[in-house]
Amino acid sequence: MKRSKTMELGVGLFMLAGILGLVFLGLRVSGLTLQAPSDTFRLEASFANIGGLKPRARVTMAGVTVGRVADIELDREWYDARVVLELDESLEGQLSRDTTAAILTAGLLGEQYVGLTVGGDPETLSDGDAIRDTQSAVVLEELIQQFVSNMVSD
Amino acid sequence: MIQRIRRLGRAGCDLLEALGRAGVFLAQAGVGLPGREGWHLWLRQMHFVGVLSLAIVLVSGLFIGMVLALQGYTILVDFGAEEALGQMVALSLLRELAPVVAALLFAGRAGSALTAEIGLMKATEQLTSMEMIGVDPLRRVVAPRLWAGFVALPLLTVGFSVVGIYGGYLVGVDWLGVFEGSYWSNMQASVDFLDDIGNGMVKSLVFALVVTWIAVFQGYDLVPTSEGISRATTRTVVYSSLAVLGLDFVLTAVMFGGLA
Repeated sequence: MKRSKTMELGVGLFMLAGILGLVFLGLRVSGLTLQAPSDTFRLEASFANIGGLKPRARVTMAGVTVGRVADIELDREWYDARVVLELDESLEGQLSRDTTAAILTAGLLGEQYVGLTVGGDPETLSDGDAIRDTQSAVVLEELIQQFVSNMVSD
Repeated sequence: MIQRIRRLGRAGCDLLEALGRAGVFLAQAGVGLPGREGWHLWLRQMHFVGVLSLAIVLVSGLFIGMVLALQGYTILVDFGAEEALGQMVALSLLRELAPVVAALLFAGRAGSALTAEIGLMKATEQLTSMEMIGVDPLRRVVAPRLWAGFVALPLLTVGFSVVGIYGGYLVGVDWLGVFEGSYWSNMQASVDFLDDIGNGMVKSLVFALVVTWIAVFQGYDLVPTSEGISRATTRTVVYSSLAVLGLDFVLTAVMFGGLA
């Protein structure tokens, strides 16, 4: 019977270690947080070209992450990309109406994200509003083309 | 010529028959919750296939994590992207290497032992004797081993990933000098709990079922001679490895290849 007790202890520890390992993977490796996701509000922004922007990409202000891209779809009326941004609720009523959104790239080869810059308008954006002033992603081919045509015209 | 075609047909029939037997066998052994006695038997098997496999799985995990970090670093540093090392180590371990390598090790360490044990029981007619005294060998011998393998391998896979990621940390951060914060933060930014860890776990559950199933079935179905046992043990390792690698491709195509 004694042997069986130590065996039970061994198996119990083994299973406990497995479960703890899974918790470790969840918290430390995938960055899952235990607190409920904070409340958000949504803004829309239309871009002429989103480049390589993907859903779940970061939305930042001054480099600080304040939300993420919730959804990207093609606007069939104007044929531009309609990007839905999900932002921290504490920013609701804080962003001026002339806030600009730009698609930026982290590093030379990094992923693309949305950067917000606040303007000076006293009126503010609230849930469901659209950001008017947007700046599309820089596409390398277009840049090179511009550069080449400038060279030719010089 | 007709002889050869007949032989091919016989081989096909044998294969189908064996597959059918294996399916019925799994259904018979798997159903029915074990009672108090069965729980005890399960515990004993869990100790054998789980706890005693821990050492080889964890040591392999550590070394694979360290090698991944070393190899990944030499490639990533060319692009100036060595900050992405944590992401690379974690994703390759969680999605691919931990489930597959743990299953292969498990087939070699535990699967072959299960086949040999059950095979010897059959060769020495212990299984027949059990039937004679009214004990169902499927429930008494096979079911606890099947369930123990099914539970143990996913736990071993988790251990493999955790130790591997720490191994990568040791080499990448402590030795090669990748910044510690970017090792973890890049990892956290790119690893998704359900998509990466969850899918890895699903893979591991499938492999656990397949490997233990093959092992106990080969033991139960072998020719009861010493040569039969040795052949069945070899077949267990070969079939499990092939099944794991083949299924891994199919599962990866469904999970990450957008096939579903």
